[in-house]
Amino acid sequence: MLLYILRRFGVALSVALTVSIVAFLLLHLSGDLALAIAGPEASPAQVEQVRIQYGLDKPLAVQYLDWLAGALHFDFGRSFYFRETVAALVAERMPVTMTLGAIALGLALLVAIPLGVVAAVNRGGWIDRAALVFCVLGQAIPTFWLGLTLILVFAVNLRWLPVSGNATWAHFVMPAIALGWYAVPAVMRLTRNGMLDVLASDYIRTARAKGLRWPTVLFKHALRNAVVPVVALAAVQFGFMLGGSIVVEAVFSMHGLGHLAWEAIGRKDFPVVQAIVLLLASIYIGLTFLADLINAWLDPRIRVA
Amino acid sequence: MALLEVDRLTIDIPTEAGLLHAVGGVSFTLERGETLAIVGESGSGKSLTSLALMDLLPSRAIRKAATLRFDGIDLMAAGERQKEDLRGDRMAMIFQEPMTSLNPAYTIGDQLTEALRRHRTVSAKAARERAVHLLERVGITAAASRLGQYPHQLSGGLRQRVMIAMGLMCEPDLIIADEPTTALDVTIQAQILRLLRDLQQEFGMALILVTHDLGVVARVATKVAVMYAGRLVETGTVREVFGAPSHPYTRGLLRSIPVPGRTRPGEPLGTIPGQVPGLVGDVFGCAFRNRCDHAAEACAGAIPERLLGGNHRMACILETVGSPQ
Ligand code: SF4
Repeated sequence: MLLYILRRFGVALSVALTVSIVAFLLLHLSGDLALAIAGPEASPAQVEQVRIQYGLDKPLAVQYLDWLAGALHFDFGRSFYFRETVAALVAERMPVTMTLGAIALGLALLVAIPLGVVAAVNRGGWIDRAALVFCVLGQAIPTFWLGLTLILVFAVNLRWLPVSGNATWAHFVMPAIALGWYAVPAVMRLTRNGMLDVLASDYIRTARAKGLRWPTVLFKHALRNAVVPVVALAAVQFGFMLGGSIVVEAVFSMHGLGHLAWEAIGRKDFPVVQAIVLLLASIYIGLTFLADLINAWLDPRIRVA
Repeated sequence: MALLEVDRLTIDIPTEAGLLHAVGGVSFTLERGETLAIVGESGSGKSLTSLALMDLLPSRAIRKAATLRFDGIDLMAAGERQKEDLRGDRMAMIFQEPMTSLNPAYTIGDQLTEALRRHRTVSAKAARERAVHLLERVGITAAASRLGQYPHQLSGGLRQRVMIAMGLMCEPDLIIADEPTTALDVTIQAQILRLLRDLQQEFGMALILVTHDLGVVARVATKVAVMYAGRLVETGTVREVFGAPSHPYTRGLLRSIPVPGRTRPGEPLGTIPGQVPGLVGDVFGCAFRNRCDHAAEACAGAIPERLLGGNHRMACILETVGSPQ
C-alpha cells in the first residue's frame, strides 16, 4: 500500500514539475516579454530597464528556478496590470472557482451515478433509452447556451435565482448546473456500462446464489466494483470543469479564477496567467492522486499486492 | 416425497436466428443423500439445467416445467423473496470458475459469513467461527488468517475450496456443483471430489454434480443422467449405466475416457466424430443421429424414452442393451 502511494505520488510530482516547465516556457516563447510589459510606445531604453527590473536578462534556466522557488512559497510576483501581488489576486478568486467546481462535480455525480445504475438495471427499458437521449443532448448543448437559457428561465422569467455574481449560495446554483451538465453523460455512461459488465459477472451470480437481497447484490457487490473507473473519470471531469469555468464565470459574471484568467490573457498579464495555469494543473494533479487513493481503497487488488 | 422433482424442464433462449431450445424436456428426481451426476459435453445444456434449478439463468432465458418442486415447494410458482430465502440456505451452488466467482472487493471472511448472516440470526463472531470451521473441513490450513485475505491472494485450488465452504455455510439440503474441479490440477481434483463425497455423506445432503468427466462420475455419484443436445439420453444408477451403457452416445463417451491398465499410453482415445447440431428452431427426432453409427430412418421421428430395467432408461430406438465395457 505504502509503496503504491509513494509510486503514485512520484508520478504526480513529476507531472507537476513538467507542467511547471511548460507553463514557464509557453510564456517565454510567446514573444519578448520585456517589450510586451513596457508597451508599444516604450523607447528601447525603457524596454531594457523593464528587462532588468523583471529579471528577464538572466539565463532562462535561472529565471525558471527563481520563478519555481517563488511559486513554492506562493509568491508569483506582481501582476503587470492589477496593483496587487499575483498571490493576493489568486487567493481572492480561488474559493469562488473551487466552490463552483465542487458543487458542479457533486451535482453531476449525484445525478449521473444513480441514473447510470438505473439505466443498467433496466437495460433496454424506457429509462435506459431516455438516459441515452439525455446523454446525446447533454453533449450537444454548449455550456454558454445552457447558461444563458438557465438565466432566461430561472432568473429573468421565474425570478427564482439571481442573474449573476457570487455573493450567496443561490448565485452558485445555475452556474454549477451549467458546468456540471457536461460531465453527466460521460459519468453516466461509464457507470451504466460498468454496472452492465459487473452485473453479468460470475461473482454477482455467486452473490445471488447465496440468496442475498437484490439491493445488497446491487449496492454491495456490484456498484463498488463498477464505480472504480468512474472515480478516475470524475477527477478528469473536474479538470475539464476548471477549464470550463472560464466560460461559465464569464456568462454569470462570477469573479473566480476562470474570469481572472480571461482578463489576464486579454491584458497579457503573464505572471497571473502562469500562476493560474500552474495552480489549476496542480489541483488537477492532486485530484488524480486522490482518485488513485480512493481506488486503492475500493479495489484491494490495487491496494494489496 | 423426493427432495427434488423435475418434470419436463425446458429452457429456451431467444437469439437473432430464432428460439434456441437449449434444454428440451429434462425430468429426474433426487432424494436426500443421493448424488446425481449430470454428464455431457459443453453446450449440452447441463449447466443451464443446474442454473434453472436455482433460478439463476440469464434473464433472457425462458424457463418452463411441468413440475419443479423442492421439498414440496413449487419453485415455478414461488415468489422472488421465497426463492431468495431458499437460495444459499436450503439449496446452494458451487460454481465452476473459482477465479471469477468470488468478488474481488471483499475478503474471504466477509463473503463466507455473508450467506450465514443473511439466513440466520448469528453474531459476527459465531459466523466467523463457522467459516473457520468449514475452511478447515475443506482442508485449508491457517483458516483463521485466510478470512482477512482477498480472493486474488489465493490460488485457484484454494478459491475452489472457499467456494465449497461457502456453499456449505447454511448446511443446505441440496448442493449443486457445476464442474467443481475443471479448473484444478489432477491431484487437487481428486482431493476435492473425495471431500465433496465425504461432506455429502456426513451432512446427508443431496448433491448434483455437473460434469463432462465420466471418471469423476464413477467415483462420486449414485445416479447418472447423460445429457446430449438439451435432452437426457440415458439415466440410471451408476451401476446400471456403467455396467450396461446402452445409448450410442453414452457408449461413445465411455470409449473416450482412458481406462487404467487397458489404455496404453499414447493410444488414441475413441472420440465421437461430428458436432452437436444447432438447436435453433424446431428440433425433431434424435439429436444424435448425425453422429450415430446406428442411425436409421426411424431416428428422425419421435424417440420414446424406454425403461431398460430398474431405474435404467434411455431415449433411443435401438432394442439391444449394450454389453458391459
Ligand atoms: S435414436 Fe437412432 S440416431 Fe439416435 S442414438 Fe438411437 S440409433 Fe442413434
